[in-house]
This record gives sequence, structure tokens and C-alpha cells, in this order.
Amino acid sequence: MNMIQALNDAHKVVMRADEDVVVFGEDAGYFGGVFRVTEGLQKEFGKQRAFDAPISEGGIVATAVGMAAYGIKPLIEIQFADYIYPGYDQIVSEVAKMRYRTAGEWAMPMVIRTPYGGGIFGGQTHSQSPESLFTHIAGLKVVVPSTPYDAKGLLIAAVEDPDPVIFFEPKRIYNGPFDGHHDRPVKPWSKHPASEVPEGYYTVPLGKASIVREGDAVTVLAYGTMVHVALAAVEEQGLDAEVIDLRTLVPLDIKTIEKSVEKTGRCLIAQEAPRTSGFAAELSALVQERCFYHLEAPVERVTGWDTPYPHAYEWAYFPGPKRLKRALEKVMAD
Amino acid sequence: MSDKDPSLRRNAPKLALHVPEPPFRPGDAPDFSSLKIPAAGSAPRPDIAAPAAETHPLTTQLVRVLGDDSKAVGAWDPKLDPETLRKMLRDMITVRIFDDRMYRAQRQGKTSFYMKCTGEEAIAIAAQTALDREDMHFPTYRQQGLLVARGYPLTEMMNQIYSNRGDKLRGRQLPIMYSDKKFGFFSISGNLGTQFPQAVGWAMGAAIKGDSRIAMGWIGDGATAEGDFHSALTFAAVYNVPVVLAVVNNQWAISSFSGIAGAERATFAQRAVGYGIAGLRVDGNDALAVYAATKWASERARSNQGPTLIEFFTYRAEGHSTSDDPSGYRPTNEAKSWPLGDPIERLKAHLIAIGEWDDERHAAANAEADATVRAAQKESEKLGILPEQGKNGVETMFDDVYAEVPWHIAEQREQALSEGRD
Repeated sequence: MNMIQALNDAHKVVMRADEDVVVFGEDAGYFGGVFRVTEGLQKEFGKQRAFDAPISEGGIVATAVGMAAYGIKPLIEIQFADYIYPGYDQIVSEVAKMRYRTAGEWAMPMVIRTPYGGGIFGGQTHSQSPESLFTHIAGLKVVVPSTPYDAKGLLIAAVEDPDPVIFFEPKRIYNGPFDGHHDRPVKPWSKHPASEVPEGYYTVPLGKASIVREGDAVTVLAYGTMVHVALAAVEEQGLDAEVIDLRTLVPLDIKTIEKSVEKTGRCLIAQEAPRTSGFAAELSALVQERCFYHLEAPVERVTGWDTPYPHAYEWAYFPGPKRLKRALEKVMAD
Repeated sequence: MSDKDPSLRRNAPKLALHVPEPPFRPGDAPDFSSLKIPAAGSAPRPDIAAPAAETHPLTTQLVRVLGDDSKAVGAWDPKLDPETLRKMLRDMITVRIFDDRMYRAQRQGKTSFYMKCTGEEAIAIAAQTALDREDMHFPTYRQQGLLVARGYPLTEMMNQIYSNRGDKLRGRQLPIMYSDKKFGFFSISGNLGTQFPQAVGWAMGAAIKGDSRIAMGWIGDGATAEGDFHSALTFAAVYNVPVVLAVVNNQWAISSFSGIAGAERATFAQRAVGYGIAGLRVDGNDALAVYAATKWASERARSNQGPTLIEFFTYRAEGHSTSDDPSGYRPTNEAKSWPLGDPIERLKAHLIAIGEWDDERHAAANAEADATVRAAQKESEKLGILPEQGKNGVETMFDDVYAEVPWHIAEQREQALSEGRD
């Protein structure tokens, strides 16, 4: 199964299990979404539970707030993460704060799914990684899967979670794992172990990172597409690196990070998003605060540049294995 | 500065920006004689199943029931029994006295902030009277009357105002931002307009589940400029949602008059026309008209005929809040000149006109409401006032961010508590 199929399967599992789960979004009903993640849902569950929405992200999120207040569990799609900004006020001021401001009387259990990231020649408005805008907001959980197995298990867990979850889907690896090199085609997921996606119900718990490669030389923290870039970089470099896929940014699995950095003494953080105030900055500060006396070198960050996403130069923008290689050399040099 | 080529546009007229101005500013004598006020009873009342377009002429008129002689007249007369009318009047009196007491409490330093609804009491009270107890409101900060009309304990409202030990919101919201699920009153947001599409979403949920309850969304004239207003109307129209959407046009958004929200070009009720939904423009100071319009819209929604946008045309008689001084932007006596009068006085006059009320009973009702409000205040203040709060129970500040307290918030809670111990 590729990630799209795994996510589609997760939708079917949760919708069969809970008739209060309702799916909607732009093109998400009849057509099944522009990436086909919601394909077939309207046919199986009917128009009352899977339907198209007007081009109004603010309206989509706001009506989901109302539905959650009613007792329905919205599982909504924002077509691209770049389109989420018109819904930002509703997410930040309403979804995130409702449990708090009503002292638990009105919780907002909902999942806001959205494809994020670059590497598909999507230009400025189909390539962004805005996760740090949400990790900064108290009340939201933020999830970024990197494999089909995790995508299905995390999405089911997100729907079951009592808190609102922003679920970022790395669209660059929807169809296959990315080796970070733009001159090579994406390989299909079929030969990847994480494409073994079990039928039916299972969950991958929120707040639990995954050590995708064990090693002693350096800890590499990554999530989403960058997990695959990081793996490619350390393999090509022949480094005994420990690569950690965070899977959930909020709540963060700090214990796994601490344990690894205490072991390796070095840390590299990789994110696609621009550098300034990105989530890598938060990770870097946490590692510095909690593991300083174990560190043998300064914490390194590999990120996108602090520019809008440039269409024609996206491969110079996207942090690929070459950029990681240089950063790894630096972090290993001291 | 400019990149225009003067040789190309030599004879073109100079463009100018139009910034709307209210008819009167401080020092002017307010004169509303140019305002067109249709006679009570003149507006036709379409069938609740009528096509939306049939209501569209009503978006420029004014549905009015109470005539100059204080008698109810015309097709919109809801023919309410005297007991219901008296309850509405008593509730409106209670709201006004409650507002006055809480305004004074703020001035006495017992709380940080307060917002009155003076001059608008008929709207929330009569609208709620027309709805079922189980319908859901998504209100603004000026619909305290919804709670009063539903019999919400005044002490509970005051506890939320004082953020005291009895505050069910645990001191996390501004004083007038009530919330109570059991009373069908959704949590109020300070970011204006957010609740309007949420009301639509709640009613979509009711429709999806085959419920018989409906939702009512509330917004002020100023906030109709927010994108949320337009997404609410789009979704309501697209899915034929069982929702009543109310714009309370009280003429003023803090110091900006309704023209700054677009009222010079079209009435707020006319916004319904472009979306193809039913629209009504209603005298908001006429409790019977408010009741009748809300009842009509709610029956329309409840019978799957779709949404209605109602503009309640009224006037904010006092400041926006305790932080506002309206004498800085409008004539001080403007409220007294408002041609639609005072809603309490009008309903009182109607009850007297039909022989169901008199000055003595009115005075007694005032005294009774005053005693009730004072007793509630006494009761609430036993649980504390705002300046005494925020010292004990600091650890509760970290609850309810998530269902369970995650490690990073637990660490911060520990830090906050240790700072308190230093």
C-alpha cells in the first residue's frame, strides 16, 4: 500500500467503527480529493458523511467547530497546507482554545488533514511546511507521518484522540519513499517494509517517536519527508547515525530524543520548513537545555531557506542529502 | 512616488476615496426624521414554505407589529397570550437591572470589564421566547438576554463575571463571555464573527443526524465584514441548513458607525438576497416583531425549508463597553432621539393598552427584579470578586489545555508552583 491508500483505508476503518465521523473538504466528496485520499467514501458512507465543501477553508474549519460542538467528529481535509491560512483564526482561536476556555465542557475532537511540503514543483502556494505555526499554539496536537504504516495508524489514533489534531501529510512521499535526489524517480512504496499495512484496525500512538535507524555516532531528528532524506544522507555517508522519526511534534517524545542524544553526544535536526522560528529551533533549544553536558558538538539544523518557496529553484531550496551531508560533516568534526 | 505617466491620463478626473461618515457627530443635534420607518403592520408575511425570493422585498422594509397606539397590528402579530408578554417584559427588566448592577460592580473595581445591552433587550429575550428550550445559540457578548429568558441562574452569570470560586470557566474568560452547554449557549469568542459559521456547522450536524433541534447564530453589524459572515451564509445556503442567522444592527461597532460595515449601500438583511436565502429586516425594539420574525424563521428551519437571515434594526443606547466613551464620537442625546423608542417602554405600553398591565405592576416588577439581582449579587460575591482571584489554585491554569496534561505543560506547572513557593 502507498500512503494514499493507507490513509484511505484509515478513513474507512474509522468511519465504519464510528458513525459520528464525518468527512468533508474541497473536492473530498464525489471525486475523493485531488490526491484521492477520500476516494470511495461517499459511495460507501453516503453524502451525509462524505461531501464536497465550498472553497472556504475558514468555513470548513468553522462548521467543523459547530459539528464538534454538536457531537459529531469531523475529519476534514484542507486541500493543501498552503490553503490553511484562511482557516487559521478558527483553528487557533476556536479549535485550540475551546476546551480550555470552557473548562472542558466543549472539547473539539477533530482531525484537520492537509498535504504539506515541497518537491512536487508546486510553487509558493502548494509547497509550504507550516507546522511550526501550529506547534506554537497551545491546545493543538501536530502529527506528521513518514510511512504508509504510520500514516494509517496515526490517523486512526488522531481520530480517536480527545483533542484536535493537525495532521500534515508529506505529499512528496504519498506514492513512494523519497531518496532526496531530484534526478531520480520516486521508488514505489511496494518494496518498502512500511508498505506492509495491515487490514483493519490498528493504531500508532500519538506522542511516541520511532527510531528508524539505530546508531551511536550522531542523532538525526527528522519528520515527514525529511526522514527519508536523512536516511539517504547517513547511508551515503556511511555514518553510524541514529535516525529518529518524531511522528508527533506535539506532544513530543522528549524521552526518546534525550536518551539518543545522551548516547551519541551529537545532534542534527532536519526540517523542510524555513529556518527562522521553525520547529527545528525548538528541538535545538530542548536538546541544548536537556542534554548540554552530553553534547560534544553544537546542535546543527538543516532547513529550507527563509524565502518563499521558489518554483523553478525548488531543488536548490529543498534540503536534500547534499545539504545534510555538509551539516553531518560539521557536527562530526568537533 | 507614482509610476503613472501624466501625459497619458492628462484629462482624467482625480479619483477619490469615499470614507462614510455618520449623520451626526458630537455637538450635532441628532435628527432621524429622514429615516424611513414603515407603519406597523404594513409588511406582508409570506408562508414559512415560501421561496426565499418571496422574502427579499422584506429585506429593505421593516417588520413592525406595535403601532403608535401600542396595539399589535398586521399579519406579523404573533397573538401572544398576556402571560408570555408579561414574562418577556419581566425578563427585559431583569436584563436592564442586571446590566446596571454589573456596570456599577465594574466601576467599583469588582471586575475588569462589562458590556451592557441597553436598548437591545427585546432582541435576545423575544428571540429566545420564540425558540425551543433545546435549540442552540451561538451568541455575541450582547445576548445576555438569552440566558435570562432561559431561566439561567443570575448568580452563575455573576460568578463568570467575577471569575470567582463559583466560575465554571475557572477564570479563563472575559467577564461577559458566558458559556453553558446545558442552557444551549455556546462559548463566546473575542474574535468577532467566528460563531456565525459555527452555528451553521452545529445545525449541519443536527441535519446530518436527523435531529429536530435548530441553531441560531448571532453577529453584530460591524462583524458582518468578517469573512466568517460570508462563509456562514455560503454554507447555510449550499446545504440548506436549519439555522436562523441574526444580525443585530445596533448602528455602532465601538466608534465606527454601521456605514463602515457597508450599511450605506445595502441593508444587512439584503445580504441574504445574493445567497438566495430568506431575509427579513425587523424592528429590533419591537418585542412582538422580534418574536414573530424569529418564530417564522425557526419554523422554516425546523421544517427543512432552510436558513433565514434576520437583521434586527436597533440602537446601542450606551457605550460599547465599560472601556468606551461614546461622547467622543456621537451626540450624547442620540439614543433618546432613536425613532424606534425604548423596547421596554414599548412592550410596557402595549401591555397597558391591552389592559394586562399598569404602572403599579410595572413598579412592582422593577422592584422585584432589583431585589432578585441584588440577592444574586450578594450570593455571588460570597464566592469572591475578581481582585481576590488568581492567587489560589494556580495549578488549575494548566488544566484543560489538552484532555491530559502533557509533559511540557506539567513541567511548566511545576515551575509556576515553585515560583509561588519562592
